[in-house]
This record gives sequence, structure tokens and C-alpha cells, in this order.
Amino acid sequence: MSDIVLLGDEAVALGAVHAGISAAYGYPGTPSTEILEFLIDYKTRHGAPHAAWCSNEKTAYEDALGVSFVGKRVLVTMKHVGLNVAADPFVNSGLLNIRGGLVLAVADDPGMHSSQNEQDSRFFAEFAKIICLEPRNQQETYEMTLEAFELSEKFHIPVMLRLVTRLAHSRAIVKVGAKRDENSLSKPEEKRGWMLLPATARQNYLDLLEKEKEMLAWAGDSARNPLENARGGKKYPLGIITSGLGRNYYDENLPELSSEIPRLHISAYPLPRNKIRTLAAACERIIVIEEGYPLIEEKLKGILEQDITISGKLDGTLPRTGELTPDAVRRALGLEARQLRSEPGMELPGRPPQLCQGCPHIDTYQAINEAIGDDSHAVVTSDIGCYALGALPPYRAIETIVCMGASIGMAKGAAEAGVQRVVATIGDSTFLHSGITSLVDAAAADTPMTVVILDNGTVGMTGGQETILPTSRVHRMIEGLEIDPAHIRSITPLKKNAEENRRIIAEEIDHPGLSVIVSIRECIETAKRDKKKAAQEGQA
Amino acid sequence: MKYDIILAGVGGQGTLSVAAIIASAALKQGLTVRQSEIHGMSQRGGAVVSHLRLSDGPIDSDLIPLAGGDLLLSMEPLEALRHISYLSPSGSLISAAEGVENIPVYPGMDKIREEILSQPGARIVDARSIARESGSLKAVNIVMIGAASESIPISRENFIAAIDERFRSKGEKVQEANRRAFELSLAEACGAGS
Ligand code: SF4
Repeated sequence: MSDIVLLGDEAVALGAVHAGISAAYGYPGTPSTEILEFLIDYKTRHGAPHAAWCSNEKTAYEDALGVSFVGKRVLVTMKHVGLNVAADPFVNSGLLNIRGGLVLAVADDPGMHSSQNEQDSRFFAEFAKIICLEPRNQQETYEMTLEAFELSEKFHIPVMLRLVTRLAHSRAIVKVGAKRDENSLSKPEEKRGWMLLPATARQNYLDLLEKEKEMLAWAGDSARNPLENARGGKKYPLGIITSGLGRNYYDENLPELSSEIPRLHISAYPLPRNKIRTLAAACERIIVIEEGYPLIEEKLKGILEQDITISGKLDGTLPRTGELTPDAVRRALGLEARQLRSEPGMELPGRPPQLCQGCPHIDTYQAINEAIGDDSHAVVTSDIGCYALGALPPYRAIETIVCMGASIGMAKGAAEAGVQRVVATIGDSTFLHSGITSLVDAAAADTPMTVVILDNGTVGMTGGQETILPTSRVHRMIEGLEIDPAHIRSITPLKKNAEENRRIIAEEIDHPGLSVIVSIRECIETAKRDKKKAAQEGQA
Repeated sequence: MKYDIILAGVGGQGTLSVAAIIASAALKQGLTVRQSEIHGMSQRGGAVVSHLRLSDGPIDSDLIPLAGGDLLLSMEPLEALRHISYLSPSGSLISAAEGVENIPVYPGMDKIREEILSQPGARIVDARSIARESGSLKAVNIVMIGAASESIPISRENFIAAIDERFRSKGEKVQEANRRAFELSLAEACGAGS
């Protein structure tokens, strides 16, 4: 055993190494990015396990399935909205006969610190009918990662490890153990468990429902779901159900709560119905303190037979949106608000993030704005990445931000609905993640629209991971779609090219067919970092 | 014993490295540490905040409750005001003097200073000039640590050890300048207190 300071994300990564993974895959997304960054760094230093970024979350999940198929342990990481992209293989994987442990670490972002929505991945685990573990601190994160691999191999299912921003990006000391050996290579003899033809899938689904019973029994007994203070025969006015970080905020307030309160903490799903019923039998009212959607709260009605008051997010005892906080939990428990200092007697303007000074996107957006002029009928769609900050003043260059890759499809839709001047803006990594298939559609239809790929050679938003393919190969890929070569153009977004860039974009917007403009200049943050690294290597 | 610090600043100022250095000094002191930070969108010149909790016992929540902070340490004056409600009535507030004016309408600096100084236990540190005096303009963050170190229950030796460790890879000269920035700022803070 040794003590190390780790981020929640890093605790997952090290837990996976110690569990004996052979590979790890993912797509960068805040707050999950540091898991794979740690593993890539680990691989650089130790040579193994294999760790790599993928084009998107779906390909990452499928790579992971391949590793598991041949008997080895594998970790796959993503953020909550990334799981939507991987949903197809993920949900199906519940029907597979997993033998090499497969763990999905997914980081939710309640409060939307850097996301488009707050969706709660626990619902996805339930949807796929698999086990979900929900740690509440770095130590549990490390231990539960190890346990998740065991459970995956025990029940032959993938296991989800659900994190939230506050855990993923918080640091604490973790006691860690030794590394287990990797599994040896072994293909399953019986292939039915890996083939989802209707006839076999039907059987596999029955198998999954059988396993579900075992999982329920396991969750009901698990020490990960401790029930405290509920002594039989006695009736308490209040009982508490906590999950995840909700327990931390409850404990934070505990010293000020006068009487003994029965409490069930849930960190292993499916829900432990037996313990929920025992708790309810001992209480008149239950408050559910959970981070994310009211999953437990909504399920209680179906589990409990008796009439009992259930409070939580649905009746407004806790806020419906945003992160949980110690103060929100304090209010829910009926504790008196603390005496605050006097607020400043002046208005405090917000300080939103913005494109770095000198960012190439600024020049591209200015050129697009000028090319479009004051044509309010024109449509400019955009996507997920640093360039989404172009929505804010002074640029106000874009009109839509929906999900990875939506810009090109939405532009196609707008053009087909009759808009004359349509521009889609998308980053190089987002393009490869899920814009490319929409470009295939647009190429097939020769849709009259202009796609501007903001190619900065990096995934800037998540801290500068390398784009999966370099600029030259992106170019060749676009050419391979047989779009009219006269309308595949490149520009360099620099002040000195402003007039030429404006002209090129204006020309292509007026072209009555599909055109693609690749705007190529490296992210200045990545460029700075590379320069520094080169200088250091030069010294050494 | 427990000691809760709210660290505020603007993306790119090094707020999170300040948190990391204090955390590592606390570990040398044998304390339990929890440090929570939000990044991602909050980089690129946006507001940044980190909650740093130190204790000689277990720590439950990553977040400090309202009015629970013992110290609000801000790298930027406007950001100091943003987090006042997290500071306990008896806590200390230390802010750097220089503003980061990267927003369209930045309020008047005089008004901001006045607001800060009207808070009990508040102090504004001219971190830039102390850093210059120490021989390294880059040592502004270490100056802020020095100014705060008097209030934090961590020994001077452990702070120095954490700072030395942080700059070890940068060579003896950089290490020396940062140590000096810490000492100078600590001396100034003690002078201000008497
Ligand atoms: S990180 Fe790079 S891409 Fe993102 S805003 Fe800064 S310069 Fe632009």
C-alpha cells in the first residue's frame, strides 16, 4: 500500500492499471479527459497497457469490445454526452457474454460546467440492464474500479463506473495496492454470446434477464449499499437515501442534525430493493439526496408498497438542476441558513471564457461575418469545440450549437428547406468524430452549402490532444468524396489574408453546389506548447 | 482542526498551481487535503475557482459550504468579490491588487478596492511590485502564497519545501527567486499585521 495524491479521473486510471487492463480507449471530453491522459502518459513511461484516443466514443467502445472478446480486460472512457454517441454498441453489449472485464468510466456534468446538457448516465446503465457503481471520493473511485472489473467478469456484463465533475476534478490522497497481471489471450469457444442475430439475441436477452435477478440479489447484499440506524420496530420521522456525492454533503451537515436518522447510501445499482423497503418501513418520510436526475426518487414509488412521503428533486426539497451543494442539502434537511457576509454593493459582471488572443478561429469567423454581411436570411451553423465561443460577442458568428457533428447535417437541412446561403462551421476533430458522415450525405446530394472546417490540428477545448488524423489526410479524405475539386479550397486564417479569405468564402457561398473550405492554422496554445517542448528537448 | 480556503482568479493566472502548492505544503504538514477545481470551459480567460480543504481529520465534502471559508485568496480583485458569500464572517480575505480587464465593462478599480477593504479581515497585496523586488516578475503567485501563509496553519518550512519542490526542475536560480518572493511577501504581511 502506498499513498498518492490523485484526481478522481486519475484514480480510475490507476485502478484500471492495477486491475490488469490490456488496453484503454476514449474520446476527450470534460470532465473525463484526464483518465485517458493519465493512461497515455503511463504507457509512454512503462510501455503498457495500450492506451489511445479514438475518432469518437462509438469507435472507442467497439475497440474495447474487441479486447474483451479475446479475453483481456479493457477500460473505455467518455463524458456523458459521449455515451449517446456510443449508445448503440453500449446498449447491445449488455447482451454479450463478456469474459474479459469491460469497464465504462463515464463522467457526468451536473451544473453543465462544460457541457450541453446534464443527462444522468445511471439511466443508461439501467437501460442496458447492467451494474453501475457510483463512487463518492477518490479512494472509493480507485477501489470501485478494481471491483468493477471483478463484477464484469463475474456477471459477464460490462460495468459502468459513474463519475461527476466534482469528483473527476477533485484531488485527494488515495491508498493504492499492487498491480494484477493481465488476462491471457483466449477467444470464447461458444460464439453465441457474441452474435446478435435475432435468434441468438433473443436467447441472450433471456440470459440477461436471468443475470438481472442475480445482480439484484448482489446489490441487495453489497456492502456498497450500507443501511444504517434503521432499528426494527422503531418508527422514525425521517429517513435519508443518499447516493454519490450526496452522502458527502449530508455528512457535512451531520454534526448539526440532532437526532439519530436512519440512512441508506446507494453506490451499487441495480437498486437494493430489500434495503429500500427496510428503510421505508422504519420511517414516515424519506428524503432522497442524489446527484443528477431523480433516478432513485422516481423508482421508489414502484418499489414501495406503503404510502410514504418521498421528498427530493421532484417536490422541490432539493434543486432540480445544477450540482448538489452542501448548502442545498442543508436547506433540504431543514437546518437554519448560515449568517453570510454583506454582499458587495456593486454589480459584478460575469467573466465568460473566450477565444484566446490570436486564436485562428477569430480570423475565420471575421472572414465569414464579412462574407455574409448583413444578410439576415443566411444561416451559419456550428458545433462543439473552442470555436463554439464564437457565439459570444464581439464575434456573434454562429447560430447553432447542438451536439458533436450536428453543424453539417443541420446546414444540409436548412439548405434543403430553401435557404440560399448556408454555412456550416466545424473543427477538424469534431469533423472526424461525427461530421464526416453528414458530409458524405451532402456530397451525395451536392447540397448547395459551404462547409468550413476550422482545422487547428488539435482538440483545443479539452486541452490540446492531437487530432486523430493530420491535416493532409483530412484533405485527401474530402477529395475522395469526389466533391468538385474547384470547390475544395484552403485558406490560412491570418490578419494579412483577411480580404482574400473573405473573397474566397463569399465565392463559395454563392456557388450553387457543395463547397468545402479548410481553414488551416495551428491552435496557438498547442503551438506554444510544442515550441516549449522542442526547446527543452534541444537543451537535453 | 480544519481550514477551508477559496482560491479565485482568472484562467491563465495560475490559480490552480497556487492551490497545488498549498496542498502539497499541507501534505508535508501531515494534513488531510481535498482540492476541487473546475476547468475546461473556465480556461481561456474565464473565471476560475478552486475549493481547498485542509483538516487533521476526515473531510466529507469537496465543496466548502457558504460562510464556511477561513480564507478567500484571490489572484484578481473582481474575482475576490464574486466569492464573498463563501467566506466566514471571521475569515481573512487577501486579494492581489492588479485586475485582469478582459471583459467589455470592467468596473472601476477604486470602487472594487473600496468594496474589498470594507470587508472585515481584508487585505490587498501589491503582488507585482513584491515579485519585481524578489527578482522574478513571474513569482506573483508565490507572493500571494507568502501573503496568505501567515493565516494558514502550515509551517513556514513546509511552505518553502513545497515551493522548492515545485521549481526544482527549473534550476537553482528560479528556485531561489521564488523562495525569496515567498519570504519577502511573508515579511511584508507580518509588517502589515503589526
Ligand atoms: S485553445 Fe487554441 S483553439 Fe482554443 S481558443 Fe485558444 S487558440 Fe483557439
